[in-house]
Amino acid sequence: MAQLLQHLINGLAAGTIYALVALGYTMVYGVLKLINFAHGDVMMVGVYMGYATAFALGRDMRSSLLGVAVVFAVAMLGCALLGFFIERFAYRPLREKPRLTALITAIGISFALSYGFQLDLGFLPGAAPRAFPEVIEPVEWLVIGDRDVVVWNWQVISFGIAVALMVGLQYLVFRTRFGRAMRAVSWDHRVAALMGIPTDRVIALTFMLSSALAAGAGLLYAIKDTSVSPLMGLYVGLKAFVAAVIGGIGHVPGAVVGGLVLGLVEEFVVGYAASTWRDAVAFGFLILVLLVKPGGLFGRVAAEKV
Amino acid sequence: METPAIPVPEARSAVPASLRGLLPVLLALPVLALFQWLMSDAPFASYLLSVVGVNIILAVSLNIVNGMTGQFSIGHAGFMAVGAYISGVLSLNLKDVALSFLPVAVSDQVFFVVSLLVGGLAAALCGFLVGLPSLRLRGDYLAIVTLGFGEIIRVVVQNTDAFGRALGLSGIPQTSSPAMVYFWVFLTVLVARRITGSSHGRSLWAIREDEVAAEAMGVDTTGYKVRAFVISSFFAGIAGALFAHFVPIINPGSFTFVKSMEIVVMVVLGGLGSTTGAIVAATFLTLLPEGMRSLFTLLGAEGSLAQKVDQIRMPVYGLLLVALMLARPQGLFGTKEIWDVLPRWIPRKRRGLA
Amino acid sequence: MRRLAPMLLAALAVMVAACEKKTQPAPSGEGGTQAAQGQGAAPGGAPADANTILLGQVGSLTGGQATFGISTRNGIELALKEANAAGGVKGKKLSIRVYDNQSKPEEAAQAATRLITQDKVALILGDVASSNSLAMAEKAQAAGVPMITPSSTNPTVTDKGDYIFRVCFIDPFQGFVMAKFARENLKLNTVAVLQDNKSAYSIGLAEVFTRKFTEMGGKVTAVESYSQGDTDYRAQLTAIRKSQPEGIYVPGYYSEVGIIARQAREVGLKVPLMGGDGWDSEKLFELGGSAIEGSYFSNHYSPDNPDPRVQKFIADYKAAYGAVPDALAALGYDSARVAVNALERAKDLSGPSVRDAIAQTKDFPGVAGTVTLDAQRNAVKSAVVLKVEDGKTQYVTTINP
Repeated sequence: MAQLLQHLINGLAAGTIYALVALGYTMVYGVLKLINFAHGDVMMVGVYMGYATAFALGRDMRSSLLGVAVVFAVAMLGCALLGFFIERFAYRPLREKPRLTALITAIGISFALSYGFQLDLGFLPGAAPRAFPEVIEPVEWLVIGDRDVVVWNWQVISFGIAVALMVGLQYLVFRTRFGRAMRAVSWDHRVAALMGIPTDRVIALTFMLSSALAAGAGLLYAIKDTSVSPLMGLYVGLKAFVAAVIGGIGHVPGAVVGGLVLGLVEEFVVGYAASTWRDAVAFGFLILVLLVKPGGLFGRVAAEKV
Repeated sequence: METPAIPVPEARSAVPASLRGLLPVLLALPVLALFQWLMSDAPFASYLLSVVGVNIILAVSLNIVNGMTGQFSIGHAGFMAVGAYISGVLSLNLKDVALSFLPVAVSDQVFFVVSLLVGGLAAALCGFLVGLPSLRLRGDYLAIVTLGFGEIIRVVVQNTDAFGRALGLSGIPQTSSPAMVYFWVFLTVLVARRITGSSHGRSLWAIREDEVAAEAMGVDTTGYKVRAFVISSFFAGIAGALFAHFVPIINPGSFTFVKSMEIVVMVVLGGLGSTTGAIVAATFLTLLPEGMRSLFTLLGAEGSLAQKVDQIRMPVYGLLLVALMLARPQGLFGTKEIWDVLPRWIPRKRRGLA
Repeated sequence: MRRLAPMLLAALAVMVAACEKKTQPAPSGEGGTQAAQGQGAAPGGAPADANTILLGQVGSLTGGQATFGISTRNGIELALKEANAAGGVKGKKLSIRVYDNQSKPEEAAQAATRLITQDKVALILGDVASSNSLAMAEKAQAAGVPMITPSSTNPTVTDKGDYIFRVCFIDPFQGFVMAKFARENLKLNTVAVLQDNKSAYSIGLAEVFTRKFTEMGGKVTAVESYSQGDTDYRAQLTAIRKSQPEGIYVPGYYSEVGIIARQAREVGLKVPLMGGDGWDSEKLFELGGSAIEGSYFSNHYSPDNPDPRVQKFIADYKAAYGAVPDALAALGYDSARVAVNALERAKDLSGPSVRDAIAQTKDFPGVAGTVTLDAQRNAVKSAVVLKVEDGKTQYVTTINP
């Protein structure tokens, strides 16, 4: 029973992070109808930015509240900038081209980033994983019994950050002018442009927002797993995408639910079956959902407009 | 959009209609025999050419889905793995069996072909299972599902003792030969070419250009997409099965996401929809590293520099995709084929076969 | 088509009926040697030109395990430089050609074929990863070119035939070493195992460890597994903690072990970790930090060995490459020196004579232990156990076969 509870907590901790990354996929898909394959790799770059910042700050500084804030701010701003450049120079020129070209471009960027970061040249970090500095000093927040159930401070903190980011996003999308513009672009970007909405700016901002969100999620992930590696973007990104599709891509609360479900499923496979089957189960689950409910748990298969 | 010429009925042809489908195959056989005879004394060349051949099969078959149909599969290595492992295990178990009325060498080839077909059919079955749920939806779902499929295959192989787990499967009889590989290259190209010219191919082009419009015109889009995907998976399985019979050991490391991406790069570079492009790009990209090796050996700069070049290959592939999409999204050949621009001396009516 | 199906079916039936056991086994492995010798006159070591003897190496020089391949190459280069400075072999200089295999067996086979047929090397030095060495071994055996693998520890590699040798111990021995050390030196009664299911090496070590440790009266409380590239091991470690072991055997690679150590401490496992030679890298200390302190692993050699030969090797290596050589560099060095020694003793440079010379290697003083090749062409040698202390390794004991 205690073990079940522990797995539940671990699963939720992993799931909130998947949910945050999945939100980025869903937002970009919403406005552009593009699977931003490079999303996970942008996240990875953000984590390396945080890694470098944490080292620049030094040991004492980085575990203070201000230090943590600086690490997150640098990574999120840096990623927003990266997202802006990718959108401006790789995706925007292709907006009126067939959708396949943009998808291939996204895959290309993902490839260039994840393998570029494995090079041993200059400032690039090399293929081996690095230990992520402990920006949040791990402290046991709650211990039940003889360490039967342990809840860590970083689990609580990352859960808190994730929930705050999600609530903020929900507010942004449904309660602000920018959110309304975003929804309009997502509905039909040509009509939105006719209505006087600056679609280019809205799309660019959406990209920056989703990239910043990814950087935040990536840092939480790195803190959880105590390490950072060039391939983490590919793996986490894929899982988050699966989460987004399970919840129904383009659907904001769906992405959150999908992330949590996937986090729990994975944790229970590892805890009660064999860990090596984890990835197979995650993707098998995806195929199953697509078979039964092609639009995901919450999404609807939209009739296509000509 | 280039539309292939309308097939002209060839009533006056001397060849009986029932045999016409087989004619190209029969014509190819002596050429292959000659080729095999030339290769028999050059183990390195035949190994390299076999690798090139397998990559051509992979690229041409992926082109049926990614190029002609406009869908996007990025898990081709997964289907290759299915073919390689299924046929590998079969051959391994049939190693000591022979047909009594045939010489051992011939009966080995018979079993080889049987296990090739079994490998291909297993991959085709997987293609059907993967394709059906994801092809009902729009193209981008296929990308993610095929990617996931590749991962599932890897996990299954790693956890199954019969597949040699992480170390890999070795001891598969090395019965493949360049002639056999190129026989299948030939078949794959033939099938791809026939598809483009058939009504099936027209439907695929229609789906590629506008799925909604195609559906409105009464094209059973899901059916055509799934069929194209199954054919493509079948040939990927054949490629894997061939691969398993000339590489001494197969292990999951040979069928990763990276391998899938290499095939995608071949197709995109060659031009989505062009079989000729796929062949040229596959040949070029497979021979390139080996050519570099020769160049560096010649320059005496082996070691560090050659190593650096090997290392930057992957990120360069990524940037190449982006650059291609921005500058020349149709790839090197677009949707053109070599047989569309063949000189005039080839009778016009032959082009009707295209 | 309608008429075709029954015909095909009939053909199939005839074929199935006609199946029989092959009367003579297909030429492969040991049986193929004679055939290989017959036609192997041209390969089997015609030197590139009259004054040099060309050797070949294929290794993983790029990708995740590049450090292994590069260390090995450095060790080999150092040994050949020394041999050339001492006058070469039979009055000829030695040179080496190195190809990358991108950690893929098909590339390894391709590179080995290129070395054998295009470059016509006298001898091939293998890779670290056993599956790549297996692919090369097949090609080398078929062509009758001797091959020495520096550090492929999977037992099946040298089973490929009588041209294939190695200068390191094999996986079962390493598993045995740690079982013995855990039982006799650390006096542990219960141990849990955490293996990497993506690596044959890890699975092999874990199997032998489990068997030997149980035979010696210990108890394995739990066997958990992960996949290379994973980053969250808390679920497995939580399950292990439940079984309350006195130690954990983690025969994986340093890139995962460092993180496992951190997370093990985090879930409250304070017991020592134990592992194999996959731990051997400077990166382990960076990744594991304080969590990896007090852990033990078996290895091929210890840089603490006071033997002047070892210390000279370390000093030379440091001067050339600016780092303390790891076990893979030491094994690369040893493999090249065994090769040079055999080439000197061989009556000519043809494949069979070099093979016979290598097979006679006995009591060869290497930096990673004394090399004697047994009838299975494996080196019989002792292993050392190292302890992680203050961010470096400390020699603990030597365990003999």
